[in-house]
Amino acid sequence: MNAPDSEVRHFRVRDEQRGVGARLPFVDGVEKVTGTARYTADLPAPNALVGMILRSPHAHAELLDVDIGDALKLPGVHAVITGDECDMPYGVIPIAQNEFPLARGKVRYIGDPIAAVAAVDEATARLALSRIRVTVRELPAYFKAADARQPGAVALHDKKPDNIEREVHNEFGDTAAGFAAADLVREECYESAEVHHAMMEPNAALAAWDAERGHLTLWSVTQVPYYVHLTLARCLKMEAARIRVIKPFSGGGFGHRTECLNFEVICALLARAARGTVRLLQTREESFLAHRGRPESQMRLKIGMKRDGRLTACQLEMIQRGGAYGGYGLVTILYAGALLNGLYDIPAVKYDGYRVYTNTPACGAMRGHGTVNTRFAFESLLDGMAAELGLDPFEVRRRNLLTAPTDTINGLKVMSYGLPECLDWVERASAWKERKGRMPKLGNVGKGLGMSCSHFVSGSAKPVHWSGEPHAVIILKLDFDASVTILTGAADIGQGSSTIITQIVAEVLGIDFHRIRIVANDSAITPKDNGSYSSRVSYMVGNAAAQAAENMKALLVAAAARKLGVPEAEVDWFGEAAAVAGDPDRQLSFAQIAEEALVGTGTLTVKGTFTCPPEFQGGKQRGGAVGSTMGFSYTAQAVEVSVDLDLGKVTVDKVWAAIDCGFALNPMSVEGQVQGAVWMGLGQAMSEETVYENGRHLCPNMLDYRVPTIVESPDIEVHIVESIDPNGPFGAKEASEGSLSGFMSALAAAVEDATGQRLRVLPITPVRVFDALREAAANAAGAEENRQ
Amino acid sequence: MKSLLCLTVNGRQREDAVAENMLLIDYLREQIGLTGTKQGCDGGECGACTVLVDDKPRLACCTLAHGVAGCRVETIEGCASADGLSRLQRAFHEHLGTQCGFCTPGMIMAAEGLLRANPHPDQAEIRAALGGNLCRCTGYVKIIESVEAAAGMPEAA
Repeated sequence: MNAPDSEVRHFRVRDEQRGVGARLPFVDGVEKVTGTARYTADLPAPNALVGMILRSPHAHAELLDVDIGDALKLPGVHAVITGDECDMPYGVIPIAQNEFPLARGKVRYIGDPIAAVAAVDEATARLALSRIRVTVRELPAYFKAADARQPGAVALHDKKPDNIEREVHNEFGDTAAGFAAADLVREECYESAEVHHAMMEPNAALAAWDAERGHLTLWSVTQVPYYVHLTLARCLKMEAARIRVIKPFSGGGFGHRTECLNFEVICALLARAARGTVRLLQTREESFLAHRGRPESQMRLKIGMKRDGRLTACQLEMIQRGGAYGGYGLVTILYAGALLNGLYDIPAVKYDGYRVYTNTPACGAMRGHGTVNTRFAFESLLDGMAAELGLDPFEVRRRNLLTAPTDTINGLKVMSYGLPECLDWVERASAWKERKGRMPKLGNVGKGLGMSCSHFVSGSAKPVHWSGEPHAVIILKLDFDASVTILTGAADIGQGSSTIITQIVAEVLGIDFHRIRIVANDSAITPKDNGSYSSRVSYMVGNAAAQAAENMKALLVAAAARKLGVPEAEVDWFGEAAAVAGDPDRQLSFAQIAEEALVGTGTLTVKGTFTCPPEFQGGKQRGGAVGSTMGFSYTAQAVEVSVDLDLGKVTVDKVWAAIDCGFALNPMSVEGQVQGAVWMGLGQAMSEETVYENGRHLCPNMLDYRVPTIVESPDIEVHIVESIDPNGPFGAKEASEGSLSGFMSALAAAVEDATGQRLRVLPITPVRVFDALREAAANAAGAEENRQ
Repeated sequence: MKSLLCLTVNGRQREDAVAENMLLIDYLREQIGLTGTKQGCDGGECGACTVLVDDKPRLACCTLAHGVAGCRVETIEGCASADGLSRLQRAFHEHLGTQCGFCTPGMIMAAEGLLRANPHPDQAEIRAALGGNLCRCTGYVKIIESVEAAAGMPEAA
């Protein structure tokens, strides 16, 4: 399974008990429902010191002095550290490392860590923080992208004039000609608020320093243990071999934890300084301040269209408020342009993106990375133009479909494309033709339907670190007990990657689940994995797992042939047993085969790897790798709403979402992922929004940051379309992210259907709907007056 | 100041010297090692720490340990029996009502409180009872399905 033209292809065998395609509960579900699953904060550490961080109350200031003398004198304080402890900047993108675990020279947002303590208990740690004296010279601070870009604004970072972190300008095809050829050209502005992951588990780390050997072990909540490992080695100036990183159970991530975060490095620095073990639990507020969410975005989008709905060109200007540090920022701003392509056939696309530094917590990757706000704008304008031309929203999308396999104008490969089937199902299931535009008003409640499409990558085809290693590695171990242990570095953060990998191994070997164990995320034991982001795990690690299982199966078939005294070609393999072809009585159990396989060699270990071939790694243009993937998922969804026309309150009554995930390795898990993604889109569309006042986070808690509750969350019906991707494991593609970005515009369209008003700013709150209705009423009254 | 706290935790009587300002969540997690109860917020925001106190759901992060003296406290660790998972645990496992699992203990305890008071809730009653328990993974769809499935299972003997 290494190359797309590889000879070994895995075809699905539906087995409700075991293999791929089965609706199986998660392999680690029992631990989760019994409370025995240990998350980082649950790990027993009776001797651990309590770590705590002193954070900047200033949004932008020069750090003149940090006096820790008094704090150090306190009994019970084992370590107090400042920016002096680490002079190595870090950041997930090797060419954009501009963050220190503890501020050096400057603080850039309210909450920027300045110092940290390790003490015997929480009270002592808190007291020690209060004894640290910080002297600063305040600087002008900028909380909006436009303010930070003003001429003469103080630069947050050296060599970044006008606070532009990254500008992207590209054009594919001839947009001027495209617009000239169009029958209708429209341009609109759209905005979205900044949103945050708000994973249920607050951040936490535990670090143990082995003073005798100079070794460090860090347990953390991360999605990317490998990046954490690299960052610790860099920041602590240690050999990577002296570091061990373990990810226990993790309470979600959604992108928050796809880069090493400052608290992880601080915890390690504290443990080394204290020469002991330090537990650093972050409050919910601190977890909000670590941010890395989706940036506040302003978009100006122009689309050209023929009378029949065919797209001729599009042009997007995107401005993202990036926050105080780089993080994944340059990837985000590239994604926002790159994935204008890959969903529809657009002959010409121009993109201008600006990522801006501001004195707010740094943004980063969040579910649907970079593509979500672009998709909101695009689908919204597509709807509006279709309406002008008298085209149905489904119809205009059908006029612009791709045909797989194809290459997009910016060098992305579309290998499988189930969007047409998704559209058909959603149209039928929502009774669109019968109901759209003609849902009766019930008293003061307007009813409406809206729809939208979206897509996302199945893993970034080009890794962040180009080390020459395969993109995924799986190790299988077979031992005397006839059990198979899977060793993986893939981080199960609740998305079920361990379950999917286990299903694939069970499928290929044909053996029962009870024989298989999976061990994940301990750098001392498991192979390196790039981590859980860009929906790469099922695709890449899944392919590696299938190859590893094939390699083990080959050894087992050979052993069975030896024992049965026949050539390998004459062995019928049933997984739990093997027999001589045509002579089922000459049979061996799996345990007997395993015993034979170990003769003369002992414990068997085999490896499987997967690498995305270079032709899938994007266009030649600068930044062309971003957006590249071996397979795009596709989603169509329809949303039904009720709108209280007096109050502006929107209720989502139902969502129908159809996803082309290639092949559903676990249909129940696919449903769960799509429901979660659609719902997270609903949060951004309707209520979620970080708010800063002079840089101070006004809602760093789970009440004021309005996550939808179960009371206001709709039923989400999921339909799976299987396009069988030519290169995915058993044909599978991603299922966890793509459905998110379609929700916003589908909601806006449904609200428009119910009220006549199209909202172009997210979130679509009752106040915004109310204002739009009132403004429309005032305009109507004014027009009436003019007529008279 | 510590004083003696007498209570029942998961069916076992306990007597522990407990600081008077200690929260129930810290007593459970730090003092007696029952880390199944989760802290997901800075106090009363998310429901992850829901336990049962005399059969009623209560936020352990907003409850003083001494406030439940003499009471029956039940946590997620007390749900399974020698016969296996409780019906809610089984339903959340088999219907994927749990993804990352962090909200799950609180969600199951809140649902347990509901089913004890109302063995056959309709969907609106399920939504109302779990309205204080946030989940960030599932969109709640499979959580509702799990509670419905559990309510339809025969009660354990």
